Amino acid sequence: MVNMLEIRKLTIRERSTGKVIIPDSSFDVKKGSCLAIVGESGSGKSLTCRAIMRLNKPGIEQAGDIWLGGENLAKLPEQEMRRRRGRRLCMIMQHGMRAFDPSRAVGVHLIETLAEHFDWSKSEMTGRMKRALESVRLNAPMDVMNAYPHQLSGGMLQRVMIALTLVLEPDVVIADEPTTALDTVSQYEVVEQFIRLRERLGSTMIFISHDLGVVRKIADEVLVMKDGRIVEHGTTGAVFTKAQHDYTRSLVTAKLSLHQHFRQVMGE
Amino acid sequence: MGLYMVKRILQSIPLLLAVSFFTFAFIQLSPMDPAEVVLHAQGVPKITDELIAETKTALGMDQPFLVRYSNWLASCLQFDFGSSYITGKPVWSQLGPALFNTIKLTVVSVAAIIAVSIGFGVYCAWRAGKMIDRSLRGLFFFLTSMPSYWLGTLMIWYFSVKLDLLPTSGMDSYRSYILPVALITVSYAGIYFRIIRSSVLSNMNEDYAMYGRACGLPEKKVRARIVRNSLQVAVSVFCMAVPIILGSTVVVENIFAWPGLGTLSVNAILGRDFPVIQAYVLVLAAAFVLFNTASDILNAALNPKLRNDRS
Amino acid sequence: MMFLKNVLKDRVAAASFAILVAVMTVGIFAPVFAPHDPEEVHMELRYASASWEYWLGNDHLGRCILSRLIYGIQPSVLGVLAALLLSVLLGAVIGFVAGYFRGKTDVILMRICDVMLSFPSYVMTLAVVGIFGVGLEHILMAFLLLKWAWFARIIRTSVMQFSESDYVKFAKVAGVGNAAIMRKHLIPAALPDIAVIASSSFGSMVLQISGFSFLGLGIQAPKAEWGMMLNEAREVMFSKPEFMLAPGLAIIIVVLAINFLSDAFQAAVDPKLAASSRKERSMAEAAAGRLERKEVA
Repeated sequence: MVNMLEIRKLTIRERSTGKVIIPDSSFDVKKGSCLAIVGESGSGKSLTCRAIMRLNKPGIEQAGDIWLGGENLAKLPEQEMRRRRGRRLCMIMQHGMRAFDPSRAVGVHLIETLAEHFDWSKSEMTGRMKRALESVRLNAPMDVMNAYPHQLSGGMLQRVMIALTLVLEPDVVIADEPTTALDTVSQYEVVEQFIRLRERLGSTMIFISHDLGVVRKIADEVLVMKDGRIVEHGTTGAVFTKAQHDYTRSLVTAKLSLHQHFRQVMGE
Repeated sequence: MGLYMVKRILQSIPLLLAVSFFTFAFIQLSPMDPAEVVLHAQGVPKITDELIAETKTALGMDQPFLVRYSNWLASCLQFDFGSSYITGKPVWSQLGPALFNTIKLTVVSVAAIIAVSIGFGVYCAWRAGKMIDRSLRGLFFFLTSMPSYWLGTLMIWYFSVKLDLLPTSGMDSYRSYILPVALITVSYAGIYFRIIRSSVLSNMNEDYAMYGRACGLPEKKVRARIVRNSLQVAVSVFCMAVPIILGSTVVVENIFAWPGLGTLSVNAILGRDFPVIQAYVLVLAAAFVLFNTASDILNAALNPKLRNDRS
Repeated sequence: MMFLKNVLKDRVAAASFAILVAVMTVGIFAPVFAPHDPEEVHMELRYASASWEYWLGNDHLGRCILSRLIYGIQPSVLGVLAALLLSVLLGAVIGFVAGYFRGKTDVILMRICDVMLSFPSYVMTLAVVGIFGVGLEHILMAFLLLKWAWFARIIRTSVMQFSESDYVKFAKVAGVGNAAIMRKHLIPAALPDIAVIASSSFGSMVLQISGFSFLGLGIQAPKAEWGMMLNEAREVMFSKPEFMLAPGLAIIIVVLAINFLSDAFQAAVDPKLAASSRKERSMAEAAAGRLERKEVA
């Protein structure tokens, strides 16, 4: 299979102190597959993903190559990079509540984003957005678009982000702990939508999580990070059954009991 | 929203009543008998007890306290604040024009403060931690630590006397505004500058800024969102700046001989002209309450979250 | 006191603290430090420039400027500090009563606090001076009347929090007196917040009091006060602007030191707020009080 995304020698450090947070990490994501990055908070999962989007804060600098298709994102001028964001690389944030401009209706952001990437008419954008929102089971799409973020729940906003991704049809979707902040029922709905998103777009996905239950359900491959380093990388089955690294084994056993509970909830 | 507005306006009424009551009651605490003050002010050579009693009756001071208060309040509502003890003229004939002059100065100054603090606040937030940000913050810090009358006097000495560019005092043309407005701006902009800067900074770190960028929105649009959300905080703060500046132009008016409320009140205090002091306090305290109300309503109008919670 | 120690680790804060302590010491022992009697008139030395005998020269009545500066510390700095401490004390008592007895007492006291905080402080100071007459003591009285509400609120909040906590309940059961509980638990908890609000009010109060003296509403001649000295220097500002220098710089140095210290207090209390600061809230006064309630700043 062809690699969609190739990360080579990605190094991330703090600008002020020069402290290296992620030393020299390299990995690939195959086209159409889903890679889960797991690890404790502070292990560098989010930093890695933001580095792929080139969206880390100014106080953090990165080096290394990020190949998307045949193109090195790390070498693109900012203006070009901006065009890739949203159109080819989409991000789904952890806190739906905080991801939208609090003083504007949710739809404003959606339409602005679409207008940025496509030459569609206003009615076409609204129409497509409406269908996408309906497809993620938001049954009153116009009400959702006219609502302010605080009027919707975290799970609903998460699905709004998924809907936007559906319309944008990117090559790569990066989801940064999208289920962590949700209650169990919303978690179930969101995970279900993620699976459908993959089915429908066939897009490559990076799914950050520390919930191994969700990871097992959605991911093809798993990458384990600890203190900024990649300690394990393999297919989901391999990582869960015969982990090479002690750290992974401890993670898997620790989560096993929780996982059983998750399976019950998911009705497997 | 409409309901909230009505509710908020109704809420301000008891506060206004309390303010007026305090203002009226406060004057009664004075160690000096107003009748005596009036007689002194009118230059009566020999003050007898009889004369004092007569004056008291003439001023209506022999009536019970609550009767006097309600009479006073009723006439205040018609802009009749009594007559000055010193000039004998109606208080409003002095207070009205002075208030108007101070309002002119305040409006221009608040506009300047808003422009300066938003301009520099947003600019410094984008360049947080850089040289230019640090120097501007230091400068504003220094300026707010300076006594305004000292700075004002230096300004007159330099711009009006040494360079002979601007008038030293009075209120003749738009040029008379430059120095007083500059002085008020310099003394107050620092406070608002800091509020704006930190508000922009905290919004910059919000997730919505990151998500906007992740969706490929141009930097300009993301920044516009950040600024709009940051300024929302500032609207109510700036709204309250109006009565604060209105009440603290005293020193500036004194330095530049501005014929406004500050000059009037200082003269009234030195002459113990109680009706004028009373009217001054009442008008400004009322302005405070009203702007407070306006600021709350504005805040609710701008903030969808508050709007929903309350209406 | 751990709090103060932490704050003083910052070099600027330590320097500011040292300056303030030095200024206050000189002020308290003014008769020892001042080379001359500040009110002694020497008409032959009018507007004399600096000399060995009079380091900073002489004013329009030939009085020693340095001595007047030193004696001026008493009203300009120490007077304000005294008013401030008294208002902290008053606020502490009222806040404690409100937080301790709760119920109606609390509601009434906090209503009064709200009303006090919603008055424009500059106007109220003018009103107090207008009613009681000009004079330093009336301005200080106005400060006392206007500032206590801030401290009452802080103390009330910490009393509320701490009387809930287990060790205070335990202390009560164990028969420890209220005074001891207050001294051991409540005061240390409220102290940092009080230090922040008090120190920032301190700066603006020093500026205000000399401002009122400058307007002729504060201290009366021939007493020395910094604002007053500036007012006297203003008469000759066109011919001898250098007389504005000494008292002006004295005020700036003291206020800067206070503000630096206050910033350091803030940073110590709430590192995240260091930039946004409670200080502007207290400086923007009533507006600030509202901000705090809405948690938007």
